[in-house]
Amino acid sequence: MPMDPLSKLENQSIYIFREAFNKFEHLAMLWSIGKDSTVLLWLARKAFFGHVPFPLVHVDTTYKIPSMIEYRDQLVREWKLELVVGKNEEVLRAGRTFPNGQATRVECCGTLKKDALKAVLDKHHFNGVIVGVRRDEEPTRAKERYFSPRDKNMEWNVADQPPELWDQFKTDFEKGAHIRIHPLLHWTELNIWEYIERENIPIIPLYFANGQGERYRSIGCFPCTFPIKSNARTVREIIEELRHTNTPERAGRAQDKESEDAFEKLRRDGYM
Amino acid sequence: MSAAISMAPTEQLKIVIVGHVDHGKSTFVGRLFHDTGSLPEGKLEQLQHIAERRGVPFEWANLMDALQSERDQNITIDTAQIWFQTQKRQYVIIDAPGHKEFLKNMVTGAANAEAALLVIDAHEGVQENSRRHGYLLNLLGIRQIAVLVNKMDLEDYSQARFQHVETEYRAWLKSIHVEPKVFIPIAAKQGDNIASRSAHTPWWTGPTVLETLDDFRVSEPPDGQPLRFPIQDVYRFDDRRILAGRVESGTIQVGDKLIFHPSNKTSSVKSIERWNVVGTAPAGAGESIGITLTEQIFVERGAIAAHETAPPYELTKFKARLFWLGRQPLQQGRSYKLKLATQEAEVALDALDRVLDASTLQVIQRPNGEALVARHEVAELTLRTKRPIAFDAVSEIIPTGRFVIVDGFDVAGGGIIVDDNYPRRTADSLHKSHDIYWSHGKVTTAQRAGRNSHAGCVVWFTGLSGSGKSTISTELERELFNLGKHAYVLDGDNIRHGLNSDLGFSPKDRKENIRRIGEVAKLFADAGLICITAFISPYRGDRDLVRQMLGPGQFIEVFVNAPMDLCERRDPKGLYAKAKAGQIKEFTGISAPYEAPEKPEIELRTDRLSVAESVTTILEYLNVLDTSGAVMI
Ligand SMILES: Nc1nc2c(ncn2[C@@H]2O[C@H](COP(=O)(O)OP(=O)(O)O)[C@@H](O)[C@H]2O)c(=O)[nH]1
Ligand SMILES: [Mg+2]
Repeated sequence: MPMDPLSKLENQSIYIFREAFNKFEHLAMLWSIGKDSTVLLWLARKAFFGHVPFPLVHVDTTYKIPSMIEYRDQLVREWKLELVVGKNEEVLRAGRTFPNGQATRVECCGTLKKDALKAVLDKHHFNGVIVGVRRDEEPTRAKERYFSPRDKNMEWNVADQPPELWDQFKTDFEKGAHIRIHPLLHWTELNIWEYIERENIPIIPLYFANGQGERYRSIGCFPCTFPIKSNARTVREIIEELRHTNTPERAGRAQDKESEDAFEKLRRDGYM
Repeated sequence: MSAAISMAPTEQLKIVIVGHVDHGKSTFVGRLFHDTGSLPEGKLEQLQHIAERRGVPFEWANLMDALQSERDQNITIDTAQIWFQTQKRQYVIIDAPGHKEFLKNMVTGAANAEAALLVIDAHEGVQENSRRHGYLLNLLGIRQIAVLVNKMDLEDYSQARFQHVETEYRAWLKSIHVEPKVFIPIAAKQGDNIASRSAHTPWWTGPTVLETLDDFRVSEPPDGQPLRFPIQDVYRFDDRRILAGRVESGTIQVGDKLIFHPSNKTSSVKSIERWNVVGTAPAGAGESIGITLTEQIFVERGAIAAHETAPPYELTKFKARLFWLGRQPLQQGRSYKLKLATQEAEVALDALDRVLDASTLQVIQRPNGEALVARHEVAELTLRTKRPIAFDAVSEIIPTGRFVIVDGFDVAGGGIIVDDNYPRRTADSLHKSHDIYWSHGKVTTAQRAGRNSHAGCVVWFTGLSGSGKSTISTELERELFNLGKHAYVLDGDNIRHGLNSDLGFSPKDRKENIRRIGEVAKLFADAGLICITAFISPYRGDRDLVRQMLGPGQFIEVFVNAPMDLCERRDPKGLYAKAKAGQIKEFTGISAPYEAPEKPEIELRTDRLSVAESVTTILEYLNVLDTSGAVMI
């Protein structure tokens, strides 16, 4: 009998985790606190039999919704995780941010997220970074590889990506380069919620409707992320809602909309 | 992106869209999404708006061609994936580029799919990459294929034109042994015969594309095949020692007796490990699990576990069909990295049977017969690995029957292993004697050496037929005898008369022949004799096997080196003449390879040395060893 789709996705993700862990000496996993990176964390524990054998990197912009940080620290304690926090202190001190009116949204993402990430990776010499992006999130991510190289400037050469076939991934690369590993690439937003339901994964409550008919569908920095109209208060209700919606997931993300290829440019430069 | 359907998908199918550049693949995908109501809200308006602002006509293809450079050039550069759902199941649609330049991206997309839609422009007809993609789909193992004859609007929806394209392309598919499911006339831009039957083609009574998709089948996992469980890693996070991996075929359960290749160690499954799952149910194909063993044996990444009753092949040589994507060609004499399941091994091109242009099936002839496979070519060839690897023919077990080749930092090619009468290990040889120890008598090696005034050793001659092995070895034996040493030549013919009379000349039997000779030579050396052997023994791996059987300094490899043309002129038994006439198959140097030793203890250039000089060289070497104490003559 064919395996059910969720189990297929899960088994493939576990395979990718284990390849990454075997091939990279300095491996880390990005953790954005959202539903995807929490599912990612869950899958890591599946792959390594309850352990998370590498540090988690959280890029803190200081503009995250406060309950995200509380939730982060709680899971770190309960699941005994090793956490590394990255922050662009310089830009924050100088106040060159979008909320301060000193940068566009895209510039702000560039310094507070992308540059901060590069600094953490450099400091800890991470050469493999696990990231929870999915192909269905947005069209340039649809072209990603499971093992996706970034050069020493963290740039993504999207016009010349390595071939990837039969689960043989790019694990040989020049010094200074690093590889982004994407174990959730083949999942959809709906799959994520179906899996959360099946596995009973604890999820930050921001995703659930708050009684005023609003919930977050995608979470990030509060100045640039907006809740959607929804009355879904449980995982089941979110699944039902998603099965009937045609609105894209990142509709509540303002930075994607500054120009036609704003997101592509961000990603080519090393954004997640 | 998913259509509004409230039932949970019970299955998912991945479909790749391939075909020549500009034949309308991306347009088809855009239109399919629109016509099935799967476009995200506002997407169509957004794309129309962008086209308007840039002053270019709206293209459905822009849904998939998301990169700025793709929209600028109106081509697909990289493969993309998008989801949609019918009443029957969820689909992942993989759009692939049609330009030859981006073949690696097409392969990436297609290798992930279970079925394919191949798009051909009705107006332009069958083109180079229509054929190449058909060929590659087959090589990549995709058996469910439907052909969409697109842009029928440009041909006034003419049935005759449709049939013309169908006839031509069907013939091509037939020549590469592909049986397509159906040909469908469509106009992607207008949506004809995609989600609903078109009024423009009243003559068409076949299915729409959507109906055809739902008719494809999701492949069954290979549960019923022999077990292949490649080890990905060994974990010791807590008190368990877990072998982690994915069951590629077959099933595995507690109590199963496993044999691990290539070490051939055996142990039994103590537990099947999964996290956050109770019980220890058997695991089937596709499951990423862990196991623990009853006996702690040394196993590492790359080992493949199987049941003893159905082991994989374990060899250093196999035949394959390969496609090459590397910037540098695949060349003889260079070494590459082979990745097969979780195994990695150094690999080189052993023999090149033919190189093909996959869009014409024309055999490519290089000016001076150079053995290389250039970018985008396909080839039938033999590969040789430095150490034995475990594998299956792709016709038997798919996941362990295919591989990629890494050149430098890059995956540069992929291939499938084809059938070739590979020798299978017998059940007997697998039950190899882990519990049998070498028994030591009451006479020691040193005592024997003292009595004989020399230690035992093996002088192993290797070289082409006619290079001088037999002449020199018998002369050496006579000299040693006259010096009062105990020496004996193991002669090929004599051995084949008795001990090896059950063996023929197949590669398997040749290997076994050498192995037995090695074993006998070892016993002779242990008995204190200077054992001389004179066999072509063309394979480095086989000779090294014998070297490993013996102690340090006990194996003296003598490379009897004479140029091929000299050997041919000497031709003492008239064999070269016969081989050239095709009367002897697999004749070393003519139709079978000879692998010269890399670091022989002694090299004899018999084109320059007389027989007496050669014998003296060896005697001197044996005397030299005297000072180090290994052999005293
Ligand atoms: N007239 C007509 N043009 C089409 C049709 N399908 C695609 N095209 C055009 O053919 C061109 C190439 O299409 P595209 O989808 O980019 O081709 P791809 O390279 O195979 O992905 C575009 O200008 C499309 O508008 C069709 O059914 N009829
Ligand atoms: Mg295209």
